[in-house]
Amino acid sequence: MSEYFIRSTMLDAKQAPKSNVGIVGWLQKNVFSSPLNIILTVVGLFVSYMTIKALADFVFFNAVFDATNGQECRPADGEPGGACWSFIQVFFKQYVYGRYPTEELWRPDIVFILGAALLIPLLIPKAPFKAVNSFLFFVIYPFLTLILLSGGDFVITGFFIPFIDLFGKTQGNFIFELSIVTALICAAIYFFGKSVGEDMKSTMLSIVVVAVIIAVIGLMLSSNFGLEVIETDIWGGFLVTLVVAITGIVLSLPIGIILALGRQSKLPVIKFLCVVFIEFWRGVPLITILFMAQNMIPLFLPEGGEAVDNLLRALIGVTLFASAYMAEVVRGGLQALPKGQYEGAQSLGLTYWQMMVKIILPQALKHVIPGIVNTFIGLFKDTTLVYIVGIFDLLGTVKATIENPEWIFPLQAMTGYVFVAFVFFIFCFGMSRYSIFMERHLHTGHSR
Amino acid sequence: MSSPQNSFSLRKIVYDPKIRGLFFQTILFALLLYFFYSIITNTVENLQSRGIPIGFGFLDNASGFPVSFKLISYITSDSNAKLILVGLLNTLFVAVLGIITATILGLIFGVMRLSKNSIISAIATVYIEVLRNIPLLVQILLLYYGVLKTLPLAKDSLSFLGIFFANIKGISVPTISFGSAETPFIISIIVALIIMVALRLWSRKRQEKTGQQFPATKIGFAILIGLPLLILIASGWPVEVSIPELGRFSLKGGMTISPEFIALYLALSIYTSAFIAETVRAGIMSVSHGQTEASDSLGLPRNKTLNLIIIPQALRVIIPPLTSQYLNLTKNSSLAVAIGYTDLFASAGGVLNITGQALELIAITMTFYLLFSLLTSMFMNWYNSRIKLVER
Amino acid sequence: MNKLMTTAIAGVAFGLTAFTANAATLDDVKAKGFVQCGISQGLPGFSNPDSDGNWVGLDVDVCRAVAAAIFGDSEAVKYTPLSSKERFTALQSGEVDVLSRNTTWTMTRDANLGLNFAGVNYYDGQGFMVRKSLGVASTLELSGAAVCTQTGTTTELNIADYFLENGMEYEVVAFEKAAEVVAAYDAGRCDVYSTDASGLYANRLRLTNPDEHMVLPEIISKEPLGPVVRQGDDQWFNIVRWSLNAMINAEEMGITSANIDSKMGGKNPGVQRFLGETGTFGEMIGVPSDWAVNIVKQVGNYGESFDKHVGPDTPLAIARGVNALWSKGGILYAAPIR
Repeated sequence: MSEYFIRSTMLDAKQAPKSNVGIVGWLQKNVFSSPLNIILTVVGLFVSYMTIKALADFVFFNAVFDATNGQECRPADGEPGGACWSFIQVFFKQYVYGRYPTEELWRPDIVFILGAALLIPLLIPKAPFKAVNSFLFFVIYPFLTLILLSGGDFVITGFFIPFIDLFGKTQGNFIFELSIVTALICAAIYFFGKSVGEDMKSTMLSIVVVAVIIAVIGLMLSSNFGLEVIETDIWGGFLVTLVVAITGIVLSLPIGIILALGRQSKLPVIKFLCVVFIEFWRGVPLITILFMAQNMIPLFLPEGGEAVDNLLRALIGVTLFASAYMAEVVRGGLQALPKGQYEGAQSLGLTYWQMMVKIILPQALKHVIPGIVNTFIGLFKDTTLVYIVGIFDLLGTVKATIENPEWIFPLQAMTGYVFVAFVFFIFCFGMSRYSIFMERHLHTGHSR
Repeated sequence: MSSPQNSFSLRKIVYDPKIRGLFFQTILFALLLYFFYSIITNTVENLQSRGIPIGFGFLDNASGFPVSFKLISYITSDSNAKLILVGLLNTLFVAVLGIITATILGLIFGVMRLSKNSIISAIATVYIEVLRNIPLLVQILLLYYGVLKTLPLAKDSLSFLGIFFANIKGISVPTISFGSAETPFIISIIVALIIMVALRLWSRKRQEKTGQQFPATKIGFAILIGLPLLILIASGWPVEVSIPELGRFSLKGGMTISPEFIALYLALSIYTSAFIAETVRAGIMSVSHGQTEASDSLGLPRNKTLNLIIIPQALRVIIPPLTSQYLNLTKNSSLAVAIGYTDLFASAGGVLNITGQALELIAITMTFYLLFSLLTSMFMNWYNSRIKLVER
Repeated sequence: MNKLMTTAIAGVAFGLTAFTANAATLDDVKAKGFVQCGISQGLPGFSNPDSDGNWVGLDVDVCRAVAAAIFGDSEAVKYTPLSSKERFTALQSGEVDVLSRNTTWTMTRDANLGLNFAGVNYYDGQGFMVRKSLGVASTLELSGAAVCTQTGTTTELNIADYFLENGMEYEVVAFEKAAEVVAAYDAGRCDVYSTDASGLYANRLRLTNPDEHMVLPEIISKEPLGPVVRQGDDQWFNIVRWSLNAMINAEEMGITSANIDSKMGGKNPGVQRFLGETGTFGEMIGVPSDWAVNIVKQVGNYGESFDKHVGPDTPLAIARGVNALWSKGGILYAAPIR
């Protein structure tokens, strides 16, 4: 008789070995797994400790929170001293708005709040009404911001036709010239269509629509809404940082798309011009571009004209720079699309623009959203350079207030720079997290 | 309606893509010509009416502008052109060193971020995220203060072996001059480098043909050290070493690397390394684990797996973004002006301040940056196409 | 009306637009209703934003005086903060009407850049600051020293000339902003801090221990700082020159913003001319006859302005020194209004 054994019940699961679970296990597995790892861990912890301690001392333990002038911020003899946050507090309003008049601060406030209200739903992938929302944010909001911040009432007197001054320097002249130009173009198209035997009604209609839109924008910008005109030289602080960064990104996106398409084009002249444009603006530092915009734009314009606004010059420089970068980001998206998409669209008989707008760009742009956000982060940080050409962004305003004789103390500059670093870190880190989130969110759609 | 034949030929012309393309390109080109024509004539008129002379004559005038950190001999009575050259060399110097350091640091932190040791990977993550998200200009300023705080005062200089010194005025190192043998010495190094490259190419070809390996790297380095040494011995060892010593105010002799350079160099390297680290991480992650396993199963040793399998594939992903990081670093070096390192932009700015010739100086500055950018991207594109995966 | 956009559109049209001819600066200024004034991006006591964000300082007061003379309103000024690199271009291009930005009057700038200096509102000179512990009594003992200074000024050039002339070795470390210069000097990066004497005083408070430092007696350069205008518009040049002169003359005559009302209707013929009660001095330069009254009332005389922004009662505590009136031992001397 052979004895045999059949297990009829499962044994209770044993506890994992101590070295594999709990804090000890985690430590052993992740931190102390080998001699090299132990050394790395110890060194790493030590470096982190020193860095955090130095930072905490400066920001909290040695900092001054209740000074009324620079003298009180001065560390006692022999003390290392820390930041003086009262200095930041006193000038805080300037750091946000620059020298924008106090009684008009509701205007930038509305711009900030409205911007956040429009932007947040745009950033949440699940929020509804994306199309309406984007239209509001990318088209209506910039105009509203422009009018609110500057006060509107722009001089628009027509500029298409030289030496015609029928209505004097008024908006009427602008509308008059615009209608003449529109009529001429429509007539040309009509006769062209007739000679080719094509019906050009839809083309003419779209031209009229464009003209009406231009007229409405022109009238809107040139009307007086009773807002006090605030010249850009008293804008400053974070407001300018945002204006420069957002203008740069909003304008550079369409220009960048066109440049990217041009670079892919089969037409040699267009391709060549786009390549030269992109490589030129990408090849020189932003500092020199800003410097050039500052010094050269006034020289490029006809003599005797109004001087171009200082901020506008910087915006032109930033836009040129950002467009070149954006073009390369978009090109990456275009190249990532399989050739089949192009061929498919062509075989359906779509024209070039139909193919681009309906098939290629929507897919390509979706691919490069993280790249666009990253370009924006870069641009946001680069706005600190506009200070070089005399525009007071956040860093520039901090630097200017450092010159205030009431508030001179040894660690003043350090305090200011740490503050700026902190503000930028918060915003850029937030954006980079968002970009990573979008990357993951979008990725699901493409993985097979 | 006009006659069908006529309309047919016109239609043909209008809808011919070639003619269309030509038409639009001509219009664009004409507009562009008009654009440039008008800004140039406007500029000339403006300059005339404002009484600003144009011309590059000012480049020959004495600059009178002192520079503390320079790679070539330069005194204040030298010309403006030479001042700009000093700035250009300073830019190239900090850019090249920065690129090398940023690549090494980026590699280290990129690998650290992938480490299994959570503390190490956390440190790398914090390093990368903090540095990427603070404007470089602010980092340069803060780091400069940090460097100044760290280095000791001149009277308590740190010394190493009595020949290297570090204090707040900079790090002094001995310099070696070769007297009469200087030119042959430099030529011998160049020759040795050429031999190294040739040797490598030859050994690779031989391996492809015969399968035999040749220790090209080791022999190459032996030549690189041996050949110049031989030249020096042959010419009677005219080597002179200048060792820094403590003077009244600062160290004399040798070469002093200024703290401004150190701060700029560190800031550029660290800032760019954070971006490179991310690039490296993406590159390594893009190589699937199957590749390592396949290589292991072929019996390749660990270093060959890394050198022949993993790195070549990762590089394909890494090189294009790496190129733009290199270009960014070079362009960002123009922020040197904030902390008193006389780079190209700062030296041109100095000349501008004295002569007021904005137009010419902007043109000169932009041309040099552009040249450097184009050369770098040409080299990287060439390298990229060399290592590119050849697809069917 | 808003001008931000006008030229953006004009820029698109380039040569197409018919522009009005360039009018005289005064007409331009009157038409737009304010003086566009170029100032520094921040120099303590000369032009810096106060805690309400208004620009204040000695240089700013020159702009305000010009506005007071033309409009009777010292607030009719718009300020364009300029870096040292762009200041001359901004003036040449007509972006600013007057440049009042601690600019040294030199022959090159006066003759070669198409500019005119309208006077001197601060006599400065380049000095040196060292640590007392260094035991240096004269700049001539500084051979081999490292000197911290600011870029974009004549100071760098002066240092080079001075050390070369005296056969001394030196190392110059130049920064964009005064804050960085002082921080570097304070940390010990340099043995010497050199800038205009006014700047040495102004920035002394940035040092960790101001008492451990001393200013050496030598002043190695002449730095007459003053407002600048474009060449070729003599009327505008006169307005700026005489606005400044009025401030100095007011101090000399003892007219202050506090007592000017009591001086009205007085018997002193010089004061009567100044107050516009006799003569047509305003008319001569194209401004209202009470131009000088408005300047003193709203801006104050030179002495008041000096005391308010840089004088002994301010944190900067700069002594009048050479900037005292000629009658009080200084060299400040304005041509008479006659």
